[in-house]
Amino acid sequence: MPVDLDARVVSNVRLSADYNVVHLEAPSLAANAEPGQFVMVKPTAGLRPLLRRPFSICELLIDAGGAPTGFSLLNKRVGVGTTLLYGVEIDQRIGCLGPLGAGFAAVDPPETAWMVAGGVGIAPFLSLASALRRRGTPAMLFYGGRSADDLFYLDAFTRLDVRLVLATEDGSQGEAGLVTASLARELESTEATRPTIYACGPTPMMRAVADLAASHARPCQVSLEPVMGCGMGGCYSCVVPTRATRDAPAHLVRGCIDGPVFDAQQVVWDRLAPVV
Amino acid sequence: MDLSVDIGSLRLRNPLIAASGCFGYGVEYADMVDLATLGGVAVKGLFLAEREGHDPPRIVETPAGMLNAVGLQGIGVHRFVDEKLPELRAQNATVIVNVCGSTIDEYAEVSRILGDAEGVGAIELNISCPNVKAGGMTFGCSATGTRDVVRAVRHVTTLPLIPKLTPNVTDIAGIAVAAEEAGADAVSLVNTFLAMAIDVETRRPKLSNGVGGLSGPAIRPIAVRMVHECRQAVRIPIVGMGGIMTATDVLEFMIAGATAVQVGTANFVDPTIWPKLLAGLEEYLGRHDVARVRDVIGTLELTEAQGWSSS
Repeated sequence: MPVDLDARVVSNVRLSADYNVVHLEAPSLAANAEPGQFVMVKPTAGLRPLLRRPFSICELLIDAGGAPTGFSLLNKRVGVGTTLLYGVEIDQRIGCLGPLGAGFAAVDPPETAWMVAGGVGIAPFLSLASALRRRGTPAMLFYGGRSADDLFYLDAFTRLDVRLVLATEDGSQGEAGLVTASLARELESTEATRPTIYACGPTPMMRAVADLAASHARPCQVSLEPVMGCGMGGCYSCVVPTRATRDAPAHLVRGCIDGPVFDAQQVVWDRLAPVV
Repeated sequence: MDLSVDIGSLRLRNPLIAASGCFGYGVEYADMVDLATLGGVAVKGLFLAEREGHDPPRIVETPAGMLNAVGLQGIGVHRFVDEKLPELRAQNATVIVNVCGSTIDEYAEVSRILGDAEGVGAIELNISCPNVKAGGMTFGCSATGTRDVVRAVRHVTTLPLIPKLTPNVTDIAGIAVAAEEAGADAVSLVNTFLAMAIDVETRRPKLSNGVGGLSGPAIRPIAVRMVHECRQAVRIPIVGMGGIMTATDVLEFMIAGATAVQVGTANFVDPTIWPKLLAGLEEYLGRHDVARVRDVIGTLELTEAQGWSSS
């Protein structure tokens, strides 16, 4: 059940000129959050921006005794709201409504989990990696960005025993090229591991991952980023075209309630709205 | 302090109604909002059959507002009665059903079905949606179309009828008069303003439908003016809406002549807005020593020079 609260900013760490991570104190929100769920964030009481925007829950924060204390948001400065979030100060209050939506279904051993992230799409995978580790599920992360400056939390994933495969478009870290090329190669070479694939990132990346997963007959969950109005199922703005089977008719379902995580094979990618 | 108001034969606990299209079928919010504390819940528009609506993108933010072109996606009246109405009844919600039609017969048939169902408090006739080709605004843009729909539905149900008016007309008061003469118990206004936003990089509309309806604080002063005009033209109650974000905004509509108000866009920003609005209303009534909120309705003070539209 979601809660609506003004969460206190505990820290704001600028990771680069565009990315920052905000730690927020919100025990009641964190207490029932699952990996892949999201929070509707209102960084100002004013009218600009007017509407909340959805953010993946990044880390679920706990105290020394393991009790939930809050969560973090990974933010990339692109517009008015994200610029405000980039500049938040400690003790400032941020309107947070959540946790919302259907998150990832973490698999158990002997299954293995492969996460595929592009850019800011890394956000939901920290909490998923933690959940996988608690289950003892072997995990691997394919993580791509434009350059080394766009890759974050590598140490954190390593500490969670996640095997990393990095790719940058400019070749400044890891393999040169798209992360999906790395994924394709691993799928070709290690058919025996039969992983479940999780993807979050730019829509073309997720579509390519979905195609690769389908061609190797691997289950794949994608975390989509439809433009949302309310996050509660009230406005029907964030609909995603899905079909139950390849031959079934497509239906528009609410991304905030039925998603944001979808079975990649059920998404009708041709009708998906471009993210502005 | 008495916050109740009457819309025809329907008594509302207070003047605050969740606006249609902005609150799903109500049940989506039942975990966060005690639906029984609202004056009413206006559920999403219903046709006879299920309806898919427009492809995304369906929403875009604009200065102090937003455009939407959802296209009245909905589950149809039969599924609503079977799947949603029982829970709304269990929540003790005062249910106002927004009724759509591609034809006059469809409005009448949906309304007849709702009249036979248990737990419907009133019918809001959607003759004002700017985002559908057939029905919607095509009826509400003329006095004749408005009269025809209201008369047809009046014949099939005794439920309070509230035609929802479009602001995309030159004389909204004339439309309100037509609705009153055809037997409406109230009118609600305004639906959204037909509008457009363009991505200059791609030179394409930002909404898949091309155009959409503008809502939010940006439209509020126009909506208040339209309520003011209609108040002077009709005797039936007016349900006012358009960009309400605070209790002050609620009062502005009520003083202009609205008996009740609907809150839409603000619910997206703050789904727990309802107790805050109620507290603000009570604070105002206390400060002005008014015992009943209904005594605020239409109490606009005008000088002779300002009374132009009453003459």
